[in-house]
Amino acid sequence: MIRIAALLAMLAVAGVLGAKEAVPLGDDPKVEARLTAIAEELRCLVCQNESLIASRADLAMDLKRQVREQIKAGRSDAEIRDYMVQRYGDFVLYRPPVKSSTLPLWLGPFALLIAGFCAIWIFVRRRRAAPQPALTGEQEARADELLANRADHPSR
Amino acid sequence: MRIAIVVGFFALVILLAAGLKRDPRVVPSPLIDKPAPAFELPRLGSAERFSPKDMQGKVWLLNVWASWCVTCRDEHPVLVDFARTKRVPLVGLNYKDQKDDALKWLSRFGDPYQFSVVDADGRIGIDYGVYGVPETYLIDRAGVIRYKQIGPVTHELLKGKIVPMIEALEKGSGSK
Repeated sequence: MIRIAALLAMLAVAGVLGAKEAVPLGDDPKVEARLTAIAEELRCLVCQNESLIASRADLAMDLKRQVREQIKAGRSDAEIRDYMVQRYGDFVLYRPPVKSSTLPLWLGPFALLIAGFCAIWIFVRRRRAAPQPALTGEQEARADELLANRADHPSR
Repeated sequence: MRIAIVVGFFALVILLAAGLKRDPRVVPSPLIDKPAPAFELPRLGSAERFSPKDMQGKVWLLNVWASWCVTCRDEHPVLVDFARTKRVPLVGLNYKDQKDDALKWLSRFGDPYQFSVVDADGRIGIDYGVYGVPETYLIDRAGVIRYKQIGPVTHELLKGKIVPMIEALEKGSGSK
């Protein structure tokens, strides 16, 4: 509540002064473009279904600041991603690397799909292969009788 | 065939139930069994500085806290109780806080920490992979992180997990 009030007060002050929100270090469009590209692929740890670029969480802002500084320091995209993974694990990557612990994740869907096709195939084959049950002589006579006289409603 | 379908169905139910029971907010830390990231920060309310190197040879706890953190307040009495036992040094990492607020908070609720260090802009927090305060790290004699608790430390957790781990680490290699 206090935070919201503070935010509103800040907005009011900013409005009065006609001030723009300060964007720290965010003046170089090239850096911002790279930041966007990298941060789109990273998960915000606080609100996990949001990317780092979309998130306004405090931590996300701090992490973006780190990425920005590292871009300015001339680090490569891969180096910056490694920096995040070292601290927060593969979980921060929206595209997890293929390794033994993530194999089920990568192969699981295909395995399930193949299992599904196998199940259908077996099911269809069994149905085809199943012999039509032969009628006994008595049943056949009864069927003939029914077919010959359709108006007949036998009561057992 | 029937049996296969039933078995498959229950396997799926068990898989999904297991998935539901996991807490998605707990992200396993890649820092476990890695050296605690180095830093040098000023102590809260003092001119002295602290670095994890200063704790070399000791098993110790680093607890990340902030006066704005609601859960920290729930956790706090547990830490105060634990500090009374003087089991291991407990160092606070005051994360993204205002100095005055932090000092007021400690004088109001009690100060369980040997001292706290100030991480005003949260950079050291990032090095430690902090994403939700409170978090607590158990660091061994060689300066290696052995355990990380995300969220509040409880009496049960101390008794069931952290204290036994401290005992094992103190008994382990390099004991004096």
